[in-house]
Amino acid sequence: MSANNKIGADAVMEKGWLSAHKWLLLRRLSQLGILALFLLGPLAGIWVVKGNLAYSLTLDTLPLTDPYVLLQSLLAGHMAEKLGLIGVAIVIVFYAVVGGRAYCSWVCPVNMVADFAAWLRHRFGIKSGARFSRTSRYWILAMTLVLAVATGTVAWEMLNPVSMLHRGLIFGLGSAWAIVMAVFLFDLFVSPDGWCGHLCPVGAFYSLIGKTSVVRVNAAQRAACNDCMDCFVVCPEPQVIKPALKGAAKGIGPVITSANCTNCGRCIDVCSKEVFGFGLRFINKAENNAPQGEAAALGNRP
Amino acid sequence: MAAISKSQSRRQFLLDMAKTACGVGMFGLGLGLYSKQARALPPAAIRPPGALPEPDFQGACIRCGMCVRDCPYDILNLAKPEDDLATGTPYFVARKIPCEMCEDIPCVKACPTGALDHKLTDINKAKMGLAALVDQETCLNFLGLRCDVCYRVCPVIDKAITLERVHNFRTDKHTMFLPTVHSEHCTGCGKCEHACVLEVAAIKIFPVQLAKGALGKHYQMGWEEKKKAGQSLVAPEIKHQYNLPEGFEYEQGRGLVPGGSSEAAPSPAAPGAQPGIPQALHGDKL
Amino acid sequence: MELTRREFVKLSAVAATATAAGVTVPGAQAALAVAGDSGIRWDKGVCRFCGTGCGVLVGTKDGRVVATQGDPDAPVNKGLNCIKGYFLSKIMYGKDRLTQPMLRMKGGKYDKNGEFAPISWDQAFDIMAEKCKTTLKAKGPKGIGMFGSGQWTVWEGYAAAKLMKAGFRSNNIDPNARHCMASAVAGFMRTFGIDEPMGCYDDLEHADAFVLWGANMAEMHPILWSRLTDRRLTGKGVQVAVLSTFSHRSTELSDIELIFKPQSDLAILNFICNYIIQNNAVNEDFVKKNVNFKKGVTDIGYGLRPNHPLEQVANNNGYPGADGKPKGNPGKADPMTFDEFKAFVSEYTVEKASEISGVSKDKLLELAKIYADPKKKVVSYWTMGFNQHTRGTWVNNMIYNVHLLVGKISEPGNGPFSLTGQPSACGTAREVGTFAHRLPADMEVTNPKHREATEKIWKLPPGAIPDWVGSHAVKQSRDLKDGNINFYWTQSTNNMQAGPNINGEIYPGWRNPANFVVVTDPYPTVSAVSADLMLPAAMWMEKEGAFGNAERRTQFWRQQVKAPGESRSDLWQLMEFAKRFKMEEVWPAELLDKAPEYKGKTMYDVLYANGEVNKFPLTELKKVNEHGIKNYTNDESEYFGYYVQKGLFEEYAQFGRGHGHDLADFDSYHKSRGMRWPVVDNKETLWRFREGYDSYVKKGEGVKFYGKPDGKAVIFALPYQPAAEQPDNEYDLWLCTGRVLEHWHTGSMTRRVPELYKAVPDAWVYMNPEDAKKRGLKRGDKVKVISRRGEITTLVETRGRNKPPVGLVFVPFFDEHRLVNKLTLDATCPISKETDFKKCAAKIVKA
Repeated sequence: MSANNKIGADAVMEKGWLSAHKWLLLRRLSQLGILALFLLGPLAGIWVVKGNLAYSLTLDTLPLTDPYVLLQSLLAGHMAEKLGLIGVAIVIVFYAVVGGRAYCSWVCPVNMVADFAAWLRHRFGIKSGARFSRTSRYWILAMTLVLAVATGTVAWEMLNPVSMLHRGLIFGLGSAWAIVMAVFLFDLFVSPDGWCGHLCPVGAFYSLIGKTSVVRVNAAQRAACNDCMDCFVVCPEPQVIKPALKGAAKGIGPVITSANCTNCGRCIDVCSKEVFGFGLRFINKAENNAPQGEAAALGNRP
Repeated sequence: MAAISKSQSRRQFLLDMAKTACGVGMFGLGLGLYSKQARALPPAAIRPPGALPEPDFQGACIRCGMCVRDCPYDILNLAKPEDDLATGTPYFVARKIPCEMCEDIPCVKACPTGALDHKLTDINKAKMGLAALVDQETCLNFLGLRCDVCYRVCPVIDKAITLERVHNFRTDKHTMFLPTVHSEHCTGCGKCEHACVLEVAAIKIFPVQLAKGALGKHYQMGWEEKKKAGQSLVAPEIKHQYNLPEGFEYEQGRGLVPGGSSEAAPSPAAPGAQPGIPQALHGDKL
Repeated sequence: MELTRREFVKLSAVAATATAAGVTVPGAQAALAVAGDSGIRWDKGVCRFCGTGCGVLVGTKDGRVVATQGDPDAPVNKGLNCIKGYFLSKIMYGKDRLTQPMLRMKGGKYDKNGEFAPISWDQAFDIMAEKCKTTLKAKGPKGIGMFGSGQWTVWEGYAAAKLMKAGFRSNNIDPNARHCMASAVAGFMRTFGIDEPMGCYDDLEHADAFVLWGANMAEMHPILWSRLTDRRLTGKGVQVAVLSTFSHRSTELSDIELIFKPQSDLAILNFICNYIIQNNAVNEDFVKKNVNFKKGVTDIGYGLRPNHPLEQVANNNGYPGADGKPKGNPGKADPMTFDEFKAFVSEYTVEKASEISGVSKDKLLELAKIYADPKKKVVSYWTMGFNQHTRGTWVNNMIYNVHLLVGKISEPGNGPFSLTGQPSACGTAREVGTFAHRLPADMEVTNPKHREATEKIWKLPPGAIPDWVGSHAVKQSRDLKDGNINFYWTQSTNNMQAGPNINGEIYPGWRNPANFVVVTDPYPTVSAVSADLMLPAAMWMEKEGAFGNAERRTQFWRQQVKAPGESRSDLWQLMEFAKRFKMEEVWPAELLDKAPEYKGKTMYDVLYANGEVNKFPLTELKKVNEHGIKNYTNDESEYFGYYVQKGLFEEYAQFGRGHGHDLADFDSYHKSRGMRWPVVDNKETLWRFREGYDSYVKKGEGVKFYGKPDGKAVIFALPYQPAAEQPDNEYDLWLCTGRVLEHWHTGSMTRRVPELYKAVPDAWVYMNPEDAKKRGLKRGDKVKVISRRGEITTLVETRGRNKPPVGLVFVPFFDEHRLVNKLTLDATCPISKETDFKKCAAKIVKA
């Protein structure tokens, strides 16, 4: 941890505030911008995008479909129409390039709720924490798919806080706020990064899409790391950093290859030594060839 | 030490796995039951035209709201969690605002999954629900008044709703025009329920399975079958002859014809003409 | 497109909310009161809407009408109502009731371009009297005008006619019935010499066939239609034929549907006469004894402005010609023989009629047979399809031709019957003489004997009543626009919505800076807000009233509740205004010299406090009405100090008694569910002109049309002639206007009932799906309906209750947001002066 108690304080001092928040600001711009585009229609009558994250049509030509919900629909026994399928293809290709969980950090509205909870946790030093496995989300993902088959309905959509919040903001929230509030309180008091980092099957699904995504964060300048730990503190999936940052000795390349890295770029922002940057998956040469084997023993933040 | 730690951590791992699996399993069971319950469409909520039957619809609809957006009359809503139908799915409440039955059916065209069936191209074939005149005690026309607002607002007037004429025995000189719904033509658009002038509508739209009765397969309507066949199903019939006084004729099925004339006697008191018996069934002109 | 459709709907929704917000009576309250409380006082009344005259019982509690019921003892409707009648208790309680006089003002003073601001009645009458007196000085009696109503109570119409014709000595008073019944009146007068139907509603239970000519009874006379249908249902072999220019609810339920090209009813009627003659179905005895034949002049124009090309070439339109003298007389007719008539109609073969009308020969023959069959009793009904017709008088005459030829008239189940659309088109507009050419009891201002008789009853010096025919409705609009009438007062009518060619003729006249226009109405109608002064009116049960329905039935009701705020009845307004004028201000000195006792008196003294009208003291109120309401009184009587209504009625009744228009005594009406005049020796008349049924026909006379000096009715030879304006390449559609069941006329009452508003919120344009397709339109598209006179924006309706043939569109006129009368042509029947609202040329384009 840096001498200063505030995460990224060194980075702010070194690079200036703007540079130390560049990616955060860009993400917020993206998240809010997407929401704004959806809201432009119902609020201002300017129809750039219609629909919501499940399916949308941009400028009456570009279809975008959420592959997760469509997969559930397929498992429930229903084949979508042409536009819906084209939309899925576009979305899969897109996230396969930019990183599956970029959806979480750049698009999903719940991310802002979760980030806010995490910020409050840190700010007020809330330490409580229930132990959850980060693999829970894959169990839940599997469960939702089984449910779709079993019930013949898109059952997960009855509860999904992601679509609930996004749809709610655009079409009317109703009591969906309660579910969002539950996520917020869960993250704040029960489990740090509890929802997005442990439970959310949407994120889990997108992580699978982005398993081999092209755009990745790397720790190219890991040699400059001063072990301030800010990147670990700020990262919602800190387990993904260690191999890339500290794996040089084991011959692991500097690219963060874990599918659960959300490509949020906060580590880039908070690092005063400019260790991190965006790059491509393929440029991942370790500086020296160290024996491999222990690479799987990853740092696991409880 | 290392071995103990290793076996401990494996045990811990297995325990965690079991915990997670159990937790997720219980959660899934609850959600499954909840979704099962929500599969029954509440009677007041009507799906847009072309909607697949519940619960197929709930498997096909991805809750994107495109139909809501493309409805030019702003009649559709997406269910909120507190509404008692599947969250995020589209519906309308006829009493509030009914379907205008657009010829181009933009809501169906907008659906990316076909939860609103793209095979529906003629809005008159839509089956959003079925109107039913549920309360004859308050329906003004059953009281003899001339309301028939439901009939006149019906976009499929004279087919989906007809006025069946029945003698008003109380006044003895007026007709009661009884609104009668014909399921074959009713699209369930809800205009009738919306326009019903009563404080609580006497005619309402219900999901078809709630509103429609079903005849036993063991019985058929003879007159309909005869009409379909174009002739008696059982033929021939012998020529009957009767003992009759001079000047009288008797006709099978019609009865005594005074004066032997086959011309219709204009007097309402003529035998065979029973005042007050509804003579007009659906499709027959008076 | 979608966006505009959405916008449109949203706009409509705003309007809906506004209208709905205007209503305060929660039905739940009323229902509660009925169920749980017997504190409701019930009294008999009459429905406020159409001319059917359904009886209702009115429930009052705590000074408010809380409920109504169909009167089970009313012979017309036996407890039934249509959907408008069901909501009667709500019509008085719209939130935007006018409750005080409102004058256009700027800086505390009247200004034609000012904003409406509340003033007192005193101030209102001050400015009215000032404007009226200025006009009288500058232009004389011809400079003022009044437009009245078939919704006036009998005494209101009577008081108004007297005020204008005797007081102001101006015959520029006309009722809105000019737009609806004038052709029927002219038809009756020309054929029978006496107004109103010979039969009654009991014909409905006796006829073997019904023929509807331009009447959509299923919607416009819902209760009568249910009686007609019952006869059809229970009587074996009873037929219903419906003639119309488009399919509607009545044609749907008919046996024979005849959809004819606009205006071709003239040809069809002549064909029927021809058929009757050719097939020896003429009732020769009847015709010989009871009928004269005449040939009418034909080149009569279309009632347009004299400078219109169609009028310039017309030689019998009665307009001033080049020499300043009237060009002929459109009502003129010369005697002819039966054989000449036979020859005249002989050219109207079934082939020709079919070609002109577009109706198949089979159907035409089927129709003709109904009339020709001597064994078949037939009643013909008509309303606006006949009357609103540039040949409206003719077409009325011509249906009588048919009935007279076969003698099917004046007996149970046989007769022609003109239905009325207003509750007192007959009782008030026609009978009390509110037309510009009439005096009470069918008398006319141009007839010296009639003027003399009237002057006698009204206690006026000879020559008091002017001998000139005043300006009729359409002429009044023209006069206002041309600055010939400068002071104008309308009551209980909404001509800015209901009159023809609003943009071209009516609005410019009302807003002409030279004119002062006063509107009396309970609500801020399109007319009221277009005026300079709005006077708040008491309506329906807020005053004692009497209506006369289409079957000559006069029905009374008592005042049940007080009017809100400063609202006053039309009657009070007329009488109180009369106090503002000294006789010297309204009569020339030489006339006043003939009645020196009137010098120094006010018009009120001479017209109303004349010893007749003020004859019945206040104690009479209790005496007459004790059986209905304990300690009854009414606002006008309290104010003026005598039983005003009884005085006016009894004075008025003197006109008709002994002259075929006998009304019973005032008190009896308050005890009965109405009586059908002539009431002679307390006996009502069901069928007129026939011995046994009508006390005016002596024993042995059989049938006698005693309206004519020789007791004979007239069959007129009149040809088919085209309409004033027909579709052409640019304006390629016939535009027909009309009504819907849910709303009454301009909707000023029914559109304030939320349920009725919701049932039919907007007037869409009904068109044939093929016509829509041809123009690239689909249902719900926003379109402009355009005529040579204006345009409106509305939505396309290709489904539903009305199904126009290709080439014709229909727009109802109830919707004040879409004034279809901006489009209509102010062409009238040159004889009756009634506008043809059913035919003009229009086009439709996507908006």
